[in-house]
Amino acid sequence: MTVPPTTAPTEPTSAPGTTGRGSEQTMHVEDRPAVATPAAEKSIRVTVNGTVHERTVSVRRSLVEFLREDLGLTGTHVGCEHGVCGACTVLMDGEPIRACLMFAVQADGAEFTTVEGLAEGDRLHPIQQAFWDHHGLQCGFCTPGILLTTYDFLRDNRGADEAEIREAVSGNLCRCTGYQGIVRSVQAADETWER
Amino acid sequence: MKPAPFDYLAPTTIEETLDVLAEHGDEAKVLAGGQSLVPMLNFRLARPAVLVDINHVAGLDGIEVAADSLTLGAAVRQRALETRLPGQLPRPSAWGLLPEAVGYVGHQQIRARGTLGGSLAHADPAAELPAAVTALGATLCLRSADGQREVGPDEFFEGFFTTCLAPEELLVAIRVPAWPAGTGTSFLEVSRRRGDFAQVAVAAAITVADGRITRAGIALAGVAGGTVHARELEDGLVGQAPAAGTFAELAADYAATLDPPPDVHGPAEYRRALAAHLLERALTEATGRSSAAAA
Repeated sequence: MTVPPTTAPTEPTSAPGTTGRGSEQTMHVEDRPAVATPAAEKSIRVTVNGTVHERTVSVRRSLVEFLREDLGLTGTHVGCEHGVCGACTVLMDGEPIRACLMFAVQADGAEFTTVEGLAEGDRLHPIQQAFWDHHGLQCGFCTPGILLTTYDFLRDNRGADEAEIREAVSGNLCRCTGYQGIVRSVQAADETWER
Repeated sequence: MKPAPFDYLAPTTIEETLDVLAEHGDEAKVLAGGQSLVPMLNFRLARPAVLVDINHVAGLDGIEVAADSLTLGAAVRQRALETRLPGQLPRPSAWGLLPEAVGYVGHQQIRARGTLGGSLAHADPAAELPAAVTALGATLCLRSADGQREVGPDEFFEGFFTTCLAPEELLVAIRVPAWPAGTGTSFLEVSRRRGDFAQVAVAAAITVADGRITRAGIALAGVAGGTVHARELEDGLVGQAPAAGTFAELAADYAATLDPPPDVHGPAEYRRALAAHLLERALTEATGRSSAAAA
């Protein structure tokens, strides 16, 4: 994967019913009233896989719902919705986080990488290829989260041993593989990913 | 959408936050890292009318290392305690207990968002950071629109998910005093799986001077309805020479006084046995490190 460009292209069209960041929303600190008015909706601007998106969201829309339903990026999966399973793990400003434990409104200004941002066209990312080659997935539900956790881990670590890899993926539950294939896949990606 | 409807505010200054809290009182809930609050919202265990997001408030995420104290903003991310803090600490330092403890909090993805102050204000009885700040004798700095006050952990933690924070108050900073030379620390935990809440966790800071224990700070998580400050054990240790037999006896005696709640993982007796074992190991490790510190 290439790091998302800092000057990202704006998405070509806005979805119907959305507004850009309206002037009434972009309030400067000095313009704020002493006690601000609570809002039930808010305009946000986020960068996902290098593309800028502007949307108005309900403040109780979770980030993972926003990614899946507003942006159509259904690669990020929703599992437990309380931070335990790790299926919704995405990178926020380069760091893995739980997309079910943030509201979309909190993502304003942030940059995200989801599983859709890993491959380049038809060419799988070396981590994805390693998971394919070494049976790192069965049903695939946990896989997007595990791929992004692995991306962050391997970016910062080389030559990790099995115990370190198991700890690195401990925040992502897989109920199919028993983790054997996952550990092998991470080890393989450690060798094949040029970084 | 899982949470019940709420209104959202994202103040950018502490003063504005305090005004908002003063206006909305117990209708409002402060949102920091959200790693405990958002699950509670999703389960509708919490239904605040207004969420006050403090992630954009300036001046809440500072790390200030001074000779006599370490001051941490309440919104310092747990991950920062793990990655940014260690490089800024003098070596050896009792403050190293914080990075040690935070490594047991959830998983990296949780620590990336979770905050120090959020964990303290949530006051989960099995949480690691309340035990660590209790052992270190930290001071918690609370502010409201009406003023500010400073409280110790014994006053702050009132029990099961309960603190002394008033609805209009905000935890703004945590000040950890420096401990004397010759202090060693240890944080140990047993949980069913990596990243789970503690079945039992022990935080210990122990100062040894001239072959005797001169000061001890010890707290436990997971053994009661709230964080436990082991004052009787601290008192029993001061004046003693560090010795394996002494530690085993004092740890066992203290653990016998605990009355942990039984749960699906085991009866109360199991947690008492874990507490005795972890206390003994923590005392040994902390004093071992303190002699290394004094050398």
